[in-house]
Amino acid sequence: MDLTRRGFIKLTGASLATSSLSALGFGGSGAALAEAVRPFKLTHAKETRNTCTYCSVACGILIYTLGDGAKNARSDIIHIEGDPDHPVNRGTLCPKGSALLDIVHAPTRLQVPKYRAPGSSEFKEVSWDWALNRIARLMKDDRDKNFIAKNAQGTTVNRWLTTGMLAASASSSETSYLTWKVARSFGMLVFDNQARV
Amino acid sequence: MSNLQSQDYIRISATTVTPPAARSWEDQVAKLIDVTRCIGCKACQAACMEWNNLRDEVGFFEGTYDNPLDLDPHTWTLMRFTEYENPKGDLEWLIRKDGCMHCEDPGCLNACPAPGAIVQYANGIVDFISENCIGCGYCVKGCPFNIPRISQADHKSYKCTLCSDRVAASLEPACVKACPTGAIMFGSKKDMTDWAGERVIDLKSRGFENAGLYDPPGVDGTHVMYVLHHADKPSIYAGLPDQPKISSTVEFWKGLLKPLALGSIAFGVVAGFVHWITAGPNEVQPEDEAEANHLLASKGRPTADPSRSIAEETP
Repeated sequence: MDLTRRGFIKLTGASLATSSLSALGFGGSGAALAEAVRPFKLTHAKETRNTCTYCSVACGILIYTLGDGAKNARSDIIHIEGDPDHPVNRGTLCPKGSALLDIVHAPTRLQVPKYRAPGSSEFKEVSWDWALNRIARLMKDDRDKNFIAKNAQGTTVNRWLTTGMLAASASSSETSYLTWKVARSFGMLVFDNQARV
Repeated sequence: MSNLQSQDYIRISATTVTPPAARSWEDQVAKLIDVTRCIGCKACQAACMEWNNLRDEVGFFEGTYDNPLDLDPHTWTLMRFTEYENPKGDLEWLIRKDGCMHCEDPGCLNACPAPGAIVQYANGIVDFISENCIGCGYCVKGCPFNIPRISQADHKSYKCTLCSDRVAASLEPACVKACPTGAIMFGSKKDMTDWAGERVIDLKSRGFENAGLYDPPGVDGTHVMYVLHHADKPSIYAGLPDQPKISSTVEFWKGLLKPLALGSIAFGVVAGFVHWITAGPNEVQPEDEAEANHLLASKGRPTADPSRSIAEETP
């Protein structure tokens, strides 16, 4: 560009004048202002009530998923926060609960049953049917072998002491009631819950 | 629309133009952090990261509960732990949730040279508008609480937004919702001040004579306030400023020098225009030409051709 000295001074003066005018307040700060607040990300997310997976307190959580559940939309969990209507936590969560989203998407999360055979050093993936059948088979065999119907005094006791059950903590009262009924109807006495931690 | 809707600006950085608002004044919101009820669980920190989609690299243990060690572009709120020995010789574990205080008179906004990069909504929230941010770091210098951090990824400044997106949808900020002990509360500034008053009365009855509310007048009050057991010495809470105010450099530069400089520029322009109208441009007169030729001749140099005009001589 062929710029004379005088032209250069004129150009500099003009730019200075323009920037001074905007600095003096003649001129807005652009259309970008309208975009200020980040759009609320849960506006049309689907909300599902659930129970926190971690500890025995069993806090209520709200799980927000992508999409409205339409046939062609694949749900994906995008946000989890406390359930304000849940009497246990009334919307609050601990640091682990607050970070639940990251265990949902963790690559190391256990998603299928795995089986380690006696003597083996590694777990291998098995089907739910296989796992449940095997558990039922072993329980039945053990109960048939070790069930105590009567004690030394001849009193009916119906005890099964050689197998125990550790129930999940993140259960509602109804689930806990059913779990208790199942375990006790086997005669199972060794029965505990993570709620004792 | 909710009265917590936060699209109304009351202040915009680096511009004197504030869009006129037809709507009436909104409720001022506030977050109250009751340090005396905090157990330091960091649920607020986790909830903040989750809501705002912030994930930093996993760091290293440095021998302190502070984790990470400092605020950064991915950590907008941080628990700061202090072991304080009181005059009676007892240990007190003071845990303060650090983060943006959302000042009524924000130092960052005053210091910011980028138009519209920092705004203050009518509800009191001070927000950074990233797309207008030029990453100069003036807000870091302007902040009396040392809160904003510049990202090395996109060279923009980041800090707590008081979840302006949630508040605009009439929800409480994520940290407030998560807090299991109710140490963080959210509501109108008046309600929070009233609640803090009740807490202070309770604390005083339990022997904390200097308990009080931290709502520093040096920045015209804040929209994030603390209840402290030792409100007479806030600095024991991991360096919470005793009397925060905007730095005198920012005050001098933006408050005095900038208007003065702009005034003198405007004056220069006006004066130049007036001079141009009244006196006109400065032109070379024939007697100047004669004087110049006389001077050149006296030094034995060839005189300029009087027929050539001055403009042609200028390269």
